[in-house]
Amino acid sequence: MKVHSMKIAKMPIAFTLNGEPVEVLVEPRTLLIHLLREQLNKTGSHIGCETTHCGACTVDLNGQSVKSCTVLAVQANGAQVMTVEGLAPNGELHPIQEGFMQEHGLQCGFCTPGMMMRTYRLLQENPNPSEEEIRMGLSGNLCRCTGYQNIVKAVQYAARKMQSKGVQA
Amino acid sequence: MIPSPFQYHAPADLKHAVELLGKYGEDAKVLAGGHSLLPMMKLRFAAPAHLIDLNPIAELKGIRESSGTLHIGAMTTENELIASALLKDKCPLIVETARVIADPQVRSRGTIGGDVAHGDPGNDHPAVMLALGASFVLRGPSKERVVAADGFYLGPLQTAIAANEILTEIRIPIPPRGSGYSYQKLKRKVGDFATAATAVQLTLDKGTCSRIGIALTNVAPTPLHLSEAEQLLTGKRIDDALIKQAMKLAMEACDPTADMRGPVEYKRAMAGEMTRRALNQALARAK
Repeated sequence: MKVHSMKIAKMPIAFTLNGEPVEVLVEPRTLLIHLLREQLNKTGSHIGCETTHCGACTVDLNGQSVKSCTVLAVQANGAQVMTVEGLAPNGELHPIQEGFMQEHGLQCGFCTPGMMMRTYRLLQENPNPSEEEIRMGLSGNLCRCTGYQNIVKAVQYAARKMQSKGVQA
Repeated sequence: MIPSPFQYHAPADLKHAVELLGKYGEDAKVLAGGHSLLPMMKLRFAAPAHLIDLNPIAELKGIRESSGTLHIGAMTTENELIASALLKDKCPLIVETARVIADPQVRSRGTIGGDVAHGDPGNDHPAVMLALGASFVLRGPSKERVVAADGFYLGPLQTAIAANEILTEIRIPIPPRGSGYSYQKLKRKVGDFATAATAVQLTLDKGTCSRIGIALTNVAPTPLHLSEAEQLLTGKRIDDALIKQAMKLAMEACDPTADMRGPVEYKRAMAGEMTRRALNQALARAK
């Protein structure tokens, strides 16, 4: 393996973050999670395992759930990115956030931003999922506190509320 | 964990990507979904000086049918395979396999081409490609060549792809209507690589097996094509006694290593068991 001592220029990228345009300079090797947390101060997305297992860093990228520890920041160039901060732009809780609160879908809360962002996309893809579909849909997100029971209930709560209110997530 | 520094290239078309790879050669890696390569780069098992991102290249995506053959663009994601009505109709084995790879987030980035070309014996598509008799289109600087999946896998992370070639497309002869299939994967949890897995695609003609493909995942340094078991079953009415013999051949052919998924004896037994289950399910599905 070669060790590279070369100086790599930063690259300018532009994308939309939670509906707002963003322009930044990044090193090509910067991971999307580090850009979000360290340069853009969006610390809602968490760094858990850093190995694509735990899902704590899940964000929405061009209408898909991704683990932002395994996407390069430069790959977000031109993209639509949404983090947990985008769920409640006006300070009013999103039905998903309300569901996690009402159904006690968290204990320590570390996995919650990733759980909620994955739930956000799951309910876009399938507004009325069965329990099994919820469990499979969230299977890329680990929680070490709840045993998942209340997380499933939180997602069901959000699905009910979003359907009754006709919320487009 | 952050990778070593590299120059990032995002070519807009395949021609440019091949030129870049030709220029940088062994100092470059092509980036598909990134769910094998980026973790390797974070752990510094890989440190390419140049990373050529194939994600912007539209011509590498999509699934189409042409005169009895499915053409799958190498950059088609696992979730796109799962959502494909064409695959569900013409080659559901690929859909069944994609559904048991990794987790939803990984499947939104991970690609069939990356899975096929990486050469990790734990990847699931390679055994399926062997069972289906697939071939791979490789584009180099001066020519394109088509190679069979059989013979493509040379060792762990070693394939027949040259340093200046890019896998562009996977070609699959469409199995006849009513052909049975199964991918049986034993894993410890969602997202795990297989402890052992078996892919089967078989065609019956009035109850007699007229064509069968069988291959195993993650029980040897490469995916294993079970040619002997295929020969055993072809031209026969497959019954429990023959399935038992095929299991035995699978267990003899495999060469697993002990790891946290279990000791050698267990993996060998599971290679046999997955083969039994896959044969039974494929038979039950065949018409």
